[in-house]
Amino acid sequence: MSKIGVFICHCGENISATVDCERVAQELAKVEGVECAIDYKYMCSDPGQTIIKDAIREHHLDGVVVGACSPRMHEPTFRRACAEAGLNPYLCEIANLREHCSWVHEKGDATTNKAIDLVKMLVEKVKRNKPLESIKVPITKKALVIGGGIAGIQASLDIANAGHQVILVEKDPSIGGHMSQLSETFPTLDCSQCILTPRMVEVAQHPNITLYTYAELESLEGFIGNFTAKIRLKAKSVDYKKCTGCGACMQKCPQKKIPSEFNAGLGTRTAIYVPFPQAVPNKPVIDREHCNYYKRGKCKLCETACPTGAIEWDKEDEILTEQVGAIVVTTGFNVKGTDFFPEYGYGKYKDVITGLQFERLASASGPTFGEIRRPSDGTIPKKIVFIACAGSRDPAKGIPYCSKICCMYTAKHAMLYQHKVHDGESTVFYMDIRAGGKNYEEFVRRAIEEDHVNYVRGRVARVYEKDGKLIVKGVDTLLSGEQVEIEADMVVLATAGVANCGAEVLAQKMHISYDPYHFFAEAHPKLKPVETNTAGIFLAGACQAPKDIPETVGMASGAAVKVAGLFSNNELVREPLIAVVNRMPPPVFSTCVGCFMCQTACPYNAIEREEIKGRDGKVIKTVAKVNPGLCQGCGTCVAFCRSKSIDIQGYSNEQVFAEVMSLLNQ
Amino acid sequence: MKIGFYPGCSLKGSSREYNESVIAIAKALDIELIEIKDWNCCGATAAHSMNEELSLSLPARILALAEAQGLKEVVVPCAACYNRLMVTQHELKDDTKREKVTDIIQMPYSGELKIINVLQMLESYAMDKIQEKVTKPFAHKVACYYGCLLVRPHKILQFDRVEDPQSMDSMIKLIGGTPVDWAFKTECCGAGFSVSRTDLVVRLSGNILQDAADRNAEAVIVACPMCQSNLDMRRGAINETLSKPIDIPVLFITQAIGLSLGISPKELGLERHFVTVKM
Ligand SMILES: Cc1cc2nc3c(=O)[nH]c(=O)nc-3n(C[C@H](O)[C@H](O)[C@H](O)COP(=O)(O)OP(=O)(O)OC[C@H]3O[C@@H](n4cnc5c(N)ncnc54)[C@H](O)[C@@H]3O)c2cc1C
Ligand code: SF4
Ligand code: SF4
Repeated sequence: MSKIGVFICHCGENISATVDCERVAQELAKVEGVECAIDYKYMCSDPGQTIIKDAIREHHLDGVVVGACSPRMHEPTFRRACAEAGLNPYLCEIANLREHCSWVHEKGDATTNKAIDLVKMLVEKVKRNKPLESIKVPITKKALVIGGGIAGIQASLDIANAGHQVILVEKDPSIGGHMSQLSETFPTLDCSQCILTPRMVEVAQHPNITLYTYAELESLEGFIGNFTAKIRLKAKSVDYKKCTGCGACMQKCPQKKIPSEFNAGLGTRTAIYVPFPQAVPNKPVIDREHCNYYKRGKCKLCETACPTGAIEWDKEDEILTEQVGAIVVTTGFNVKGTDFFPEYGYGKYKDVITGLQFERLASASGPTFGEIRRPSDGTIPKKIVFIACAGSRDPAKGIPYCSKICCMYTAKHAMLYQHKVHDGESTVFYMDIRAGGKNYEEFVRRAIEEDHVNYVRGRVARVYEKDGKLIVKGVDTLLSGEQVEIEADMVVLATAGVANCGAEVLAQKMHISYDPYHFFAEAHPKLKPVETNTAGIFLAGACQAPKDIPETVGMASGAAVKVAGLFSNNELVREPLIAVVNRMPPPVFSTCVGCFMCQTACPYNAIEREEIKGRDGKVIKTVAKVNPGLCQGCGTCVAFCRSKSIDIQGYSNEQVFAEVMSLLNQ
Repeated sequence: MKIGFYPGCSLKGSSREYNESVIAIAKALDIELIEIKDWNCCGATAAHSMNEELSLSLPARILALAEAQGLKEVVVPCAACYNRLMVTQHELKDDTKREKVTDIIQMPYSGELKIINVLQMLESYAMDKIQEKVTKPFAHKVACYYGCLLVRPHKILQFDRVEDPQSMDSMIKLIGGTPVDWAFKTECCGAGFSVSRTDLVVRLSGNILQDAADRNAEAVIVACPMCQSNLDMRRGAINETLSKPIDIPVLFITQAIGLSLGISPKELGLERHFVTVKM
């Protein structure tokens, strides 16, 4: 015979204004198995909790139902109170009399009766509750950061400075990401490299950070606190222990015409190369696709040039296995390029370039040493047109979202152009200006008012070449409503920010979700912006959506704090409200038939296979087993299991059934 | 190969040479064209700007007739007709509109007919044959002009590459010609104002011809009677506005292909053009 205590909270007037709390308590006192039923103005207050604790001790209660507000709010409070009085906390349930009743109904008998029903249901449920122990999982206090842009750099430094080990994996030969390609940065116009490169060096020298460049995640297994990551170290063909970074090899390399990725295709590089002079690490790799030796078996000029004998021709990719406790994904974004804009002639006319290419033209370390020169003939463009929203906010192009950073960098580009070409004329075609951010609006106004950039509100229909000029055909929808045609020397497209190619493959490897545009999905758009749906994997930066640097860095530090918070414990304590497959020893038994429907259904990959062996060691059958580290208690497997072999602890079929029956049996 | 055929009014009147050349090359390429019986005007240019029900009912009757005749696929050479038939089929996917229109035309309509233009017909059924049968390669530099009715609205017509279509260009290459890279492929010639605002037509069509001339095209190739008549018939008025007159002829794609297959200029109706064709 159970002894249940019922505690009805008035929640000030929140509940009592429409529900007759006293009557609820009186009615509940009559229910079979209810030992005591008390109502009180504020159950969550100290005296309120004391009422519960005293009742547990006095009546030797074996279950508690609190009729109060949402369990989201005070479930931990009441469970803690029960635990303090010696009752297993999972024998305490909350009936939500506020959000589910008093707030959504008028005052009256019907409302009170509903409140009575809600509490009764939970009384029936709690009678069938079992004491549960929280789950403890050990934690490997080492983090893996994937992607070495500013997001990855910031997250790595923050975690490392909190005293934890970090492995940073970057697919390119150097860290730095897109930020290293930028000239000056809005809204302060400070030089991107000047603020970035010191951090890059810090990463390389930090005792807590192991940096793997030219490396990629091969596979990921395990769960929060206990991941096993396999990392592919792509063959660099250069032994970094011997290489001093002198650069002799690069000077000798006859393959000089390869478009430089760092210069967004505007400059060239050699087959053995360092992406840019300030790269970290500042040592070359051989790009085997373009190297004469790997292509045709002849050359080896770099080997002859190398004073330390660092070239390793036969080097193969290595696979490294690392145990980590948490992962921060910071793989960034890209900009839309060729063939996407037939109407703007990108890829057809050399002087139609992307914003990223403009950054390289404006950068002191770029192919023109910071002078704005046309890619076609090297002359200085006297008339330049910037086209915002090239692809973005255009459902017809498949990109309905706003790329967010382009309004700002277009204003920056026009401003930089005016600063460098004093007699130049710049026009920006825009749809509307989105400059939300600290000092952002002021920055755009400055471009318009102080630097006299000509802003035209309207879309550009077409760009074509005529007599060496680019004719930009657009419309001015704001002032005249008329079509405008500008003869420009150069056109810069603020192309849509898109997810990296291969982002979805990476997401699948890590079992995190992504949105329709292949950006990684956060667990909650407002309250969990740096978490993913997979515990222990966090996001930062532009891999989640196009972002500017301040936002990226803020997010990276946020993710780092989450990791540090996780690592502040030796063990991870998790709620035991997870799925279990029934097992009854001995003889080892389970109703599971091993169909593994649950395995396909589980969004968190929490279902494993377990072999049941007889005394002779032979496998009798294979059944499902839930990995408590991975299970999020969503219950999808329960719905799928045909043989009803899985239950969520604390929410078993039997318990939910009892709740429903309590309503029907009155 | 048998395929339904909707010539529309312009192919019977102002653009007889388009009709003649379509029929001539269809014969040469073993495509049997079966004309829809008792067809009516599709209402292009006027109807859709006046009355929606009328603008849907006229094409719907044509489609219903084709269905009744057991046709599965219909080729519509005129780009304006093609556009109207395609838009109608799209609009009538809406049940209430379909009910209304079938009530007006008093004929059943399933909407399953496949409607194609000449380019699509050639692309699907004749590319190999053309390559095989080219006897007189059409070795000219030409500007392939698609205009608007063939390619817009993209959502409904789904023409090959938005903003920079390619199918006519590849057909020209196939018969030995060289398409020039130009900027006015899908620019409007002013067809909708052909009669009421000739001054607009002169300006818009003039721009198109000027760009083709600047790129040294020897001919403009079209697949639309409206484009053809604006660029050809209005040439006198256009030339009056230009410092240097343009004498580039305007050919239907079917005429260019016909020439490459060795069909006589007369059979292709080439002598009917206003700007003399010497190719
Ligand atoms: C033209 C242009 C101008 C801009 N100007 C400004 C400005 O003035 N001010 C401002 O605040 N912001 C500006 N931005 C935005 C800025 O570039 C981004 O906010 C910033 O780069 C985002 O950093 P990130 O680390 O998230 O991504 P990224 O910079 O993209 O870095 C991602 C890194 O991850 C690596 N990576 C990718 N995939 C993998 C993988 N599978 N495995 C391992 N590594 C991987 C990449 O190689 C890269 O190093 C501009 C952007 C553009 C396009
Ligand atoms: S092998 Fe030859 S081509 Fe390749 S990196 Fe060395 S010098 Fe260059
Ligand atoms: S628990 Fe159910 S669904 Fe899962 S393997 Fe066993 S029988 Fe299949």
